[in-house]
Amino acid sequence: MAAPTMDRSTAAAPATPVQTLTISKALNMGLRAAMEANPKVIMMGEDIGKLGGVFRITDGLQKDFGEQRVLDTPLAESGIIGTAVGLAIRGYRPVCEIQFDGFIFPGFDQIVSQVAKLHYRTQGKIKMPIVIRVPFGGGIGAVEHHSESPESYFAHTAGLKVVSCSNPADAYWMIQQAIDCDDPVLFFEPKRRYYEKGEVDTTAQPGKLFESRVLRSGTDATLVAYGPMVRTALDAAGAAAEDGTSLEVIDLRTLSPLDLAPVFESVRRTGRLVVVSEAPSESSIASEIAAKVQQECFYSLQAPVLRVTGFDTPYPPSKLEEEFLPDLDRVLHAVDRSLAW
Amino acid sequence: MSSPEQWTHPEPDAAPAATAAKPTAEQVIAGLRATDEGGADLVQLLTPEGVRVTHPDFDIDITAEELRGLYRDMVLIRRVDREANALQRKGQLGIWVPLLGQEAAQIGAGRAMRETDMAFPSYREHGIAWTRGINPTELLGIFRGTDQGTWDPVEKRFHPYTIVIGNQVLNAAGYAMGQKFDGKVGDDEGEATMCFFGDGATSQGDVHEGFVWAAVYDAPLVFFCQNNQWAISEPTERQSRLPLYQRARGYGFPGIRVDGNDVLATLAVTKWALDECRHGNGPILIEAFTYRMDAHTTSDDPTRYRLSDELEMWKLKDPIERVKVYLVKQQWADSEFFESVEADADKLGEELREFCTNMPDPPAERIFSNVYAEGNPNLEAQRDEFLDYVSGFAGGEH
Repeated sequence: MAAPTMDRSTAAAPATPVQTLTISKALNMGLRAAMEANPKVIMMGEDIGKLGGVFRITDGLQKDFGEQRVLDTPLAESGIIGTAVGLAIRGYRPVCEIQFDGFIFPGFDQIVSQVAKLHYRTQGKIKMPIVIRVPFGGGIGAVEHHSESPESYFAHTAGLKVVSCSNPADAYWMIQQAIDCDDPVLFFEPKRRYYEKGEVDTTAQPGKLFESRVLRSGTDATLVAYGPMVRTALDAAGAAAEDGTSLEVIDLRTLSPLDLAPVFESVRRTGRLVVVSEAPSESSIASEIAAKVQQECFYSLQAPVLRVTGFDTPYPPSKLEEEFLPDLDRVLHAVDRSLAW
Repeated sequence: MSSPEQWTHPEPDAAPAATAAKPTAEQVIAGLRATDEGGADLVQLLTPEGVRVTHPDFDIDITAEELRGLYRDMVLIRRVDREANALQRKGQLGIWVPLLGQEAAQIGAGRAMRETDMAFPSYREHGIAWTRGINPTELLGIFRGTDQGTWDPVEKRFHPYTIVIGNQVLNAAGYAMGQKFDGKVGDDEGEATMCFFGDGATSQGDVHEGFVWAAVYDAPLVFFCQNNQWAISEPTERQSRLPLYQRARGYGFPGIRVDGNDVLATLAVTKWALDECRHGNGPILIEAFTYRMDAHTTSDDPTRYRLSDELEMWKLKDPIERVKVYLVKQQWADSEFFESVEADADKLGEELREFCTNMPDPPAERIFSNVYAEGNPNLEAQRDEFLDYVSGFAGGEH
């Protein structure tokens, strides 16, 4: 089960290398490229074949690659993950779609007990090159269980890797890199940003998967975000700039392992850090960042690390989600508190 | 042997109809009898008294040498089991999971497999491990706490022991789907997969989902349920109103109950089931009706939940004794043979004791090794910090 090398040159190159795409389309193209590059890559999920997925991320793939590579599975998340384990042992590289964040929990046992631990249990004799795609986060006016941010559970589980893309270029490349990875990867997709557009250069040399990235340089304070909150953080930095405050924005991209070197470097310059996330704050990714930054940047900090997050409640009825979700004003309010410390 | 007509074998009159709001008293009694005694549908080829009997759908041609081999397998794996149990009592193992009483179910099923078939065990499958060519010493580390299974699952076609009840059934379903996707199913050269689980596991969602998945993908998978009557303290009636093999019907594949203490019947039924699967007629459920003669684990105390009379009754159905009787009656084995098997068992026991007491503890690095295939710099930093801390105690007590 050696990692198959992905020969990019054989992937069908689009006519124009630089295109303006939605995150949704970029993911679709990334999945297609991965399937073209490696016949062992298969897609599994509910409604992902004929329908193309409820968000159409797998649109057209079953038509072009057949029902044996794009599986409309029975409606059972433990079944999706549990059979992906067996297929991975058999040499496949399954890409599982969990239809919505809140439906991952029936598969939680298989993810935590088998996917995460088989490599360790067998001391490397079994690899688990499985990608679990999860549309996550709120802001779409949905009913219960359709707007959650469960990423901390998985970042807390040894053996899993966890990433989240925030823009179309990352969506296109990160999904292919995740499929290439011999470790299991939880791939969190910012569902409310699916239809936001950006430029994607399909010929560019992508950065590494497990690296954070500075998206905007600044000097007064640092904002760290991931997934859907990156757009919010960038908007906040834009608004702050109009008031003369210079904010640095870092897109985490990888939640496990965390790549905090760019954050430490930034905080040592700015002395102030605000972490933004939709997930509840207690025992979260944001908490972990706060802990590590105080450990590594203790003498550089001019203010405590602040977290702007969802509240420590279940996700509320959607008429209240505007209050629940961090927005530009809450981020700027936290920045003001940090600067005033 | 048998064909797919077998699939539609009639439900016993006694079974409660799925649509019946309430079964009749007769149905309940008959159902319980089926749970307790195996019932009329139990496939048996060798009675507890060592009498060879026939079955309309299943039979097996077995040579004296083959039967001596099965006998030897069962005696040796029982010795492994008893030695390991004793090693736990001496403090050499943290825990042991006895297979006593289930030797025929496991040797029969295991010897039905081909090298190219794949097996997914639960954690009591020491007999299956034996048939896959795994040295019993390789089982010890799991229970001593030095490792979590050391064999190569791909090379041996024997997955690691799975401790979360039922998880492996879905993993096996996926593997069998892969065999099908790879074009390895459809003729006598085909591959098949077996997964092993117990009566308790049949209540798990993963087992139900495994039935569904294997069925809708026509996976070449034999579900081998060892109904040993007890899930720790809970009897099979706590898991099911229906005899377990009859559940298969609801999923659209055949279910067969075999006398799990009859190595010949188990071998015959399992070979048939594997052949059906490799030809593309899977999946199939086998319920091996057997008995856990010892505790659930060495930490368990069966006297709190079952009568010793029950054990005495099952001792009369011992899986090894009936084969010995038959071998003697047929004059297929003499005392020299039985003595040589005993000598082999003694030697194996000695090897196990020797190996176990000399097993080194794993080094501290083992905590951190192989968590990831492609590494994790944060974990590596944590490891280095810890090893640096540990090295501060070098030469001293810590």
